Amino acid sequence: MPNMNPERVKMPVQEGEVRSHNIEEVALGYTKEMAMEEAERCLNCKHMPCMQGCPVSIHIPAFIEQVKEGNFEEAYHIIKKTSSLPAVCGRVCPQENQCEKYCVRGIKGESVGIGRIERFVADWARDNLKEEALKPLKNGHKVAIVGAGPSGLTCAGDLAKLGYDVTVFEALHVAGGVLVYGIPEFRLPKKIVQHEIDSLKQMGVHIECDCVIGRSETIDELFEEGYEAIFVGSGAGLPNFMGIEGENLKGVFSANEYLTRFNLMKAYEENSDTPIYKAKKCIVVGGGNVAMDAARSARRLGADVTIVYRRSMEELPARKEEVEHAMEEAIHFHLLTNPVKATGTDGWISSLECVEMELGEADASGRRRPVVKENSAFSLECDCLIMAIGTSPNPLIRSTTEGLETNPKGCLIVDEKAMTTREGIFAGGDAVSGAATVIQAMGAGKKAAQSIHEYLTEKSK
Amino acid sequence: MVKIIEKESLNPTVTKMVVEHEKISKKAKAGQFIILRVDENGERIPLTIADTDEMKHTVTIIFQIVGSTTKKLNELNVGDTIYDFVGPLGKPSEIEGLKKVCVIGGGVGCAIAYPTAKALHKNGCEVTTIAGFRNKNLVILEDDFQQVSDRFIMMSDDGSVGEKGLVTDALRKLLEKETFDEVIAIGPLIMMKFVCQLTKEFNVKTVVSMNPIMIDGTGMCGGCRLSVGGKMKFACVDGPDFDGHEVDFDEAMVRNMSYRDFEHHAYEKTCNLLNQEVK
Repeated sequence: MPNMNPERVKMPVQEGEVRSHNIEEVALGYTKEMAMEEAERCLNCKHMPCMQGCPVSIHIPAFIEQVKEGNFEEAYHIIKKTSSLPAVCGRVCPQENQCEKYCVRGIKGESVGIGRIERFVADWARDNLKEEALKPLKNGHKVAIVGAGPSGLTCAGDLAKLGYDVTVFEALHVAGGVLVYGIPEFRLPKKIVQHEIDSLKQMGVHIECDCVIGRSETIDELFEEGYEAIFVGSGAGLPNFMGIEGENLKGVFSANEYLTRFNLMKAYEENSDTPIYKAKKCIVVGGGNVAMDAARSARRLGADVTIVYRRSMEELPARKEEVEHAMEEAIHFHLLTNPVKATGTDGWISSLECVEMELGEADASGRRRPVVKENSAFSLECDCLIMAIGTSPNPLIRSTTEGLETNPKGCLIVDEKAMTTREGIFAGGDAVSGAATVIQAMGAGKKAAQSIHEYLTEKSK
Repeated sequence: MVKIIEKESLNPTVTKMVVEHEKISKKAKAGQFIILRVDENGERIPLTIADTDEMKHTVTIIFQIVGSTTKKLNELNVGDTIYDFVGPLGKPSEIEGLKKVCVIGGGVGCAIAYPTAKALHKNGCEVTTIAGFRNKNLVILEDDFQQVSDRFIMMSDDGSVGEKGLVTDALRKLLEKETFDEVIAIGPLIMMKFVCQLTKEFNVKTVVSMNPIMIDGTGMCGGCRLSVGGKMKFACVDGPDFDGHEVDFDEAMVRNMSYRDFEHHAYEKTCNLLNQEVK
């Protein structure tokens, strides 16, 4: 008999007050018993609706079936067949909009906690399994991957499994992309990312850090060096600003800068050489996951944090769980509010002038367009302002590679096979889609790997 | 990791290091920079490439010991390695087509001005160099500049070497008699600001090399943003060279001070640490 409890097994978490003063992971993960109990809630539907919501098509009912039985090793192997970063996905995927959205248990209660079970399995495997150093037989073909973020690493993993000689070029000093510079330790511990990267290395994937493709070497030079296909997963790294007065005051940061200092450079640690401004009153502009990450990071450095977002709670694009976590950490929300000007004292930001907004007609995205309320100007005091209003693709690759076409937003144009407008150059992730999620990037990397395999197989016939 | 092949103290606060990096040595052009980290917990700092040797596979950097990172870097010796070294970054200086240029270097900025002067000279351009230092003890690269300059003018604040006065004094004298296709000014922000004010008066195009606070150097953090012609630009990907008449120097000067307290604290801490090791 399945467990018919309409509610899922609660995830143990660190208390809000406690965790807002440390950088340890917020969610503590299921125990073995909790995972098995939650797995029992899965009805093992024949038509597997959950799978259509997974960008990398994990065999969800199959792995959950194994968890029910306590066969965690088998469950892990099932996940690993299609996902190269399970411990990451189990933590940062927006499951409520993906697999869990289609779960039939969600109709009359809460859907099965698929992400939580996946996370348990990946964590169990990391603690209990010796990663099989099974190196696939090399097929003699070389592929280069630009960018060691979620799309690049997934593409690399899938190609390595097929026997390709894969080298990943990373601009920063560590691999992981947004998983290491963007998503904070308290949401995704870096040792977990490192473990996933190590397991790719064990499969024979080469990772070359400190190499900025477009500058250190160009795409064309990679072809000259014998790479037969190239995957560009360079992400959407360029931070957007609003273009309002005062954005260049001291104390104003892009979320990218703030998070890079916090995460990549570990500025919260006493022995890190990289400075970070420890604000008293911090305002974060934006309503996405990045805004939540920035706000919660600033909170952990001791700031009183307010999120300013121009639409209402309903339209907030961040994951529900992240918003709830932020609220539990005493982060304030100033919704239906839009900044118009930052003012400073002696060059340092001291307040943010805002206007109130109201929601009008729905726009092209289907969300109701925020409109300025007349005579609603007011100002908020702050000594730190973090702009988390999105990013654009990095122009480095397109400006140094002939024949790569982009859309007006600067995103690389690809066909249904993930190939760009130049033969042999494939692309995926945020470099193509603009800022999206980790799992979407992984899905794109996976698809590109398959296309590269078909392309090179065809070519060598 | 890159190996240090040569180390030379150019003056009490400025050090030259030659490191082995085949790819960068072949790829780098004048005006480009690298980013390095001294050790595992180190911060990322940008330094302009002062010279390269394609045959020997070497890259030269020249740095002033101003903070905790440059102090740690200066503790390294020949045979030691630098933990991370990435580049070349930024856009190369545009030197094609220039026939007569005045290159101005101020203090350690001369280390950045030198490769540009050298590249111009190699291109057959007539190079006038004005190098300014606070005093005789701080002079760097004098012989190197002599070799690539048709005219070399040395200025010092106290008159202990060359002529007494500022680089703008020398430049004004020149501009009253002749003109240049371009003036390239590299040095402290305040110097570049006044050079630009002067050249605007004489309507001579002026290029400056900006060196703001950076983390990644690839356009990701936006920490290096500047106002150029009223628009936001990132020094790492749009620069580091910009039209000096368009740059908002006052804003840049304020922004460069963002972490002064922290830097001072970190520097003191490094000093204390090193002192302890000596004991």
